[in-house]
Amino acid sequence: MKRMIIAAAVLTLGVTAGIAQGDPIAARKAMMKEVGGAMGPMAAMNKGERPFDLATAKASLGTMNKASKAFGPLFPATAKSGGESTADEKIWSDAAGWNAALKKFETDTAAAVAAVKDEASFKAEFGKVAANCGGCHNTYRIKK
Amino acid sequence: MIGRLVKLGAMLGLLGLAGFFALTEPAVLSALKGSALPVASGAPDLANGKTMFHAGGCASCHATEKQDDKTRLGGGHALHSPFGTFYVPNISPHPRDGIGGWTAEQFLRAMREGVSPEGRHYYPSFPYTSYQRMTAKDVGDLFAFLKTLPPIEGRIRDHDLPFPFNIRRSLGGWKLLFADGQVYRPDPAKSAEWNRGAYLVEGPGHCAECHSPRNPLGGITSGKRFAGGPDPEGKGYVPNITPHETGLKSWTKKDLAYLLESGFTPDYDSVGGSMTPVIGNTGQLSAQDRNAMAEYLSTLPAIEGRKKGAK
Repeated sequence: MKRMIIAAAVLTLGVTAGIAQGDPIAARKAMMKEVGGAMGPMAAMNKGERPFDLATAKASLGTMNKASKAFGPLFPATAKSGGESTADEKIWSDAAGWNAALKKFETDTAAAVAAVKDEASFKAEFGKVAANCGGCHNTYRIKK
Repeated sequence: MIGRLVKLGAMLGLLGLAGFFALTEPAVLSALKGSALPVASGAPDLANGKTMFHAGGCASCHATEKQDDKTRLGGGHALHSPFGTFYVPNISPHPRDGIGGWTAEQFLRAMREGVSPEGRHYYPSFPYTSYQRMTAKDVGDLFAFLKTLPPIEGRIRDHDLPFPFNIRRSLGGWKLLFADGQVYRPDPAKSAEWNRGAYLVEGPGHCAECHSPRNPLGGITSGKRFAGGPDPEGKGYVPNITPHETGLKSWTKKDLAYLLESGFTPDYDSVGGSMTPVIGNTGQLSAQDRNAMAEYLSTLPAIEGRKKGAK
């Protein structure tokens, strides 16, 4: 647990530092990692590899919801590539679709934060939230 | 003297041309390699056909563009490559525009030899170099399953390839180099699970087709199978999936199986690009089949690929 808190703190620091330095690519990569970090314990709970814990579920979904609102400005047209970015140019050429995908991520995570009360409701919401990852990467991320 | 030389040259040229035509004729190739297989007898197993449909990832390329139903195989997807743009054909069971009028023999030959019912070579953008490993039974079941899907109207335009890649005949030479027509042969020294995984990965799954670098002729670079390479569609890099430091060395068999189920890597990154639809297919296989694929992938020889950070 302690290690996780430290890891989360380091990641948060990374995000803040990235923005402070005006490096949106580093910032969005750190934020993606944060989302992945929130995904980890939830996937483990969904697979039954870890006992269900409501507080962890809510905190992880909250992290994702926060990220969903913060991603937009981290993809300015001035930072399309470089720094091993795997962003697809469709983010900019299909801005409407991209914004809709972000909005969906925001809506789904907000709904999940509100709906998750126990293990059963968590499992029902988890799939919907997780589908956002692949759903968006399918179109807006190049191969990696 | 000079006249004779010219004559000799002309004769040699003609011989060469005759040889080219003989060797690149689809029927000759088939006879030469003894790769033709008889069609499987007996009633087709539709459930197995559906498994092959998902394992083969047919819908990833052939599903009708700009809609979400993966059982509508009207084609139209543009596949960009260094050799030009391929337009994926309609393989729905439409009698005129798809494969509705095909016989089981024609389908088997298309899948395993890369030859159309009219006797023309297919380009290897259709991965028959992998599908040739499939058994006649699995291909037959797949054909029967495809016939149960909705027929879609509309023929797809021809490929847009510059000279000399637009000469289909030359693919005969390509096949001599890169296709051997051999069905997967189980390794008796390995477990049934490993063999099932090897069959799925090397045959229908055609994983190596994207996860390997290609030589200037467009064949997989020998010794680098599964070591990753530049994305042939020109965007990004396809990862090394061998258990090398530059690949998936730290991944367990469970990690591999979970990726094939969910699209999540061990650190919960979610794979993107054309791997997302692949997961859409492998996610529908049985857990047993995914575990088998993971078992085989985890035993691949470790091959060095691109180092992290390198361009």
